[in-house]
Amino acid sequence: MMSVERHRKVIRDELQRERRSGTIGEPVIRMKSVCLEIERPVLQDVTFEAHKGETLMIAGESGSGKSTILKLILRLLKPDSGEIEVFGRNIVEMTFQEALEMRRHIGMVFQNAALFDSLTIYENVAYPLRENRDHPEPEIERIVRERLAFVDLDPDRVMTQLPSQLSGGMRKRVGIARAIATDPAIVLFDEPTAGLDPLTIGTINDLIRKLQRELGVTSLIVTHDIREGFRVANRVNLLRDGRIAFDGTPEEMVARDDAYIQAFLS
Amino acid sequence: MDGVLTGIERSARGVALGVFDYFTLAARAFRFVFARPFYWNDAITQMDRIGVGSIPIVVLTGLFTGMVLALQSSVELNKFGADVYIGNLVGASMVRELGPVLCSLMVAGRAASGIAAEIGSMRVTEQIDALQSFGTDPIKKLVTPRLLAGLIVLPLLTIIADIIGITGGMIVAVLRIGVTADAYLQGVLNTLAETGFVFGFFPKDFVSGLFKPFVFGAIITITSSYFGLNTKGGTEGVGAAATRAVVTCSVLILASDYFITQLLLVLLPPS
Repeated sequence: MMSVERHRKVIRDELQRERRSGTIGEPVIRMKSVCLEIERPVLQDVTFEAHKGETLMIAGESGSGKSTILKLILRLLKPDSGEIEVFGRNIVEMTFQEALEMRRHIGMVFQNAALFDSLTIYENVAYPLRENRDHPEPEIERIVRERLAFVDLDPDRVMTQLPSQLSGGMRKRVGIARAIATDPAIVLFDEPTAGLDPLTIGTINDLIRKLQRELGVTSLIVTHDIREGFRVANRVNLLRDGRIAFDGTPEEMVARDDAYIQAFLS
Repeated sequence: MDGVLTGIERSARGVALGVFDYFTLAARAFRFVFARPFYWNDAITQMDRIGVGSIPIVVLTGLFTGMVLALQSSVELNKFGADVYIGNLVGASMVRELGPVLCSLMVAGRAASGIAAEIGSMRVTEQIDALQSFGTDPIKKLVTPRLLAGLIVLPLLTIIADIIGITGGMIVAVLRIGVTADAYLQGVLNTLAETGFVFGFFPKDFVSGLFKPFVFGAIITITSSYFGLNTKGGTEGVGAAATRAVVTCSVLILASDYFITQLLLVLLPPS
């Protein structure tokens, strides 16, 4: 396992390289003064931006509203107030059909993979392709094989299996393959490393980095595991009691003289 | 006192919102029957699960209902030497009421719990969120195919229950009471013809007996889907949703049966 200093150096180098190459660009997700109450205040005046090509981590304690942010971006929930822009469009005012269309350009990796129990791995990865585009079956099979290989799974071995026949880490990788099946510009990760062993966590982190490096995907990761998040994120937003308590790079966060942040990091 | 009133107000508002959501779900599920994309394969799978899977239980229910009906009615009819009317009684009871209602109650017990549990577990494992994230409307994908299956298979299952029930009654009438099969079947046909025909061919009792399961099919699939989609709280919530779906379906079937009967007596008055 890499030391914290080494993580910081890797991230710093990665950031510098990306800034030089211009892969980090304009904001593709923008939240402004978002408030949401579900029986209690969940989000209060949340403002942040995720830029094209960057990997943004939203960290926070359990129940701090992290996953709610992902649901707001997918327009599975509507905020009580505030603005949410995705690809420059205000999604709060979108109709239901417009929201369905917008979601087709966003991939989502769920905490427990959320694979469809009754479908094979092939059918799971093919699902968004069949649902959204008129691909012929040979083309669908080619893409499914390509995506499964991208997440380091042997297509011939897993394609005919059911999700229940795979380990947690493999299911998570299939979840990533399914999320990127339609070449989305944004991929949202909900606790991508929760409940996995250290080796599998390393594999998932490698995949997130690979997505950014090879596909130029904008990733938004919500996690309470800030140390694992540091390995992949260019920038960190820390949620505390439904508010953004910190916005900056991992190095800036580590250097911040704040009792809550230091407690969270320890 | 204020606390009690606030609690009552909150409960009433919750019930009103629940009823509104239920009818919104029903309206959208019906609308999607005519909207692309069509999930034909899902609908056929559901017809197999709800329809074919329910045949054994419907056959058993119909058979024993017809048999016990013949047996009980023979006790009273025998006092007046009117055993020969057993066919009239069994036929009318099965086709008008017992066939549609008992068949629907059995399907509700079997299929409603299955639908609520399946959709409920999809809800708690975020599979429904996953569907939405791919731009799929979960009502169109999950509810409409089940609704379509319910609307088609419940009347067919009712026909099976009616035929098996009448046959069960005939077995008892012939073997135990001594009525001939001809007399029994003539009684069944007479009673069906008594109330008149629709389009000069279909007995009114038969038509009204098939309209009911059509409505009950919608009630079973919409209600169980509603509870499934609103499941909260993990596996415990899935179990609770399945139980609530069965209880609510059963009550709604029995209650709506009265109102449908009233409506049909107006629309298809006996001749």
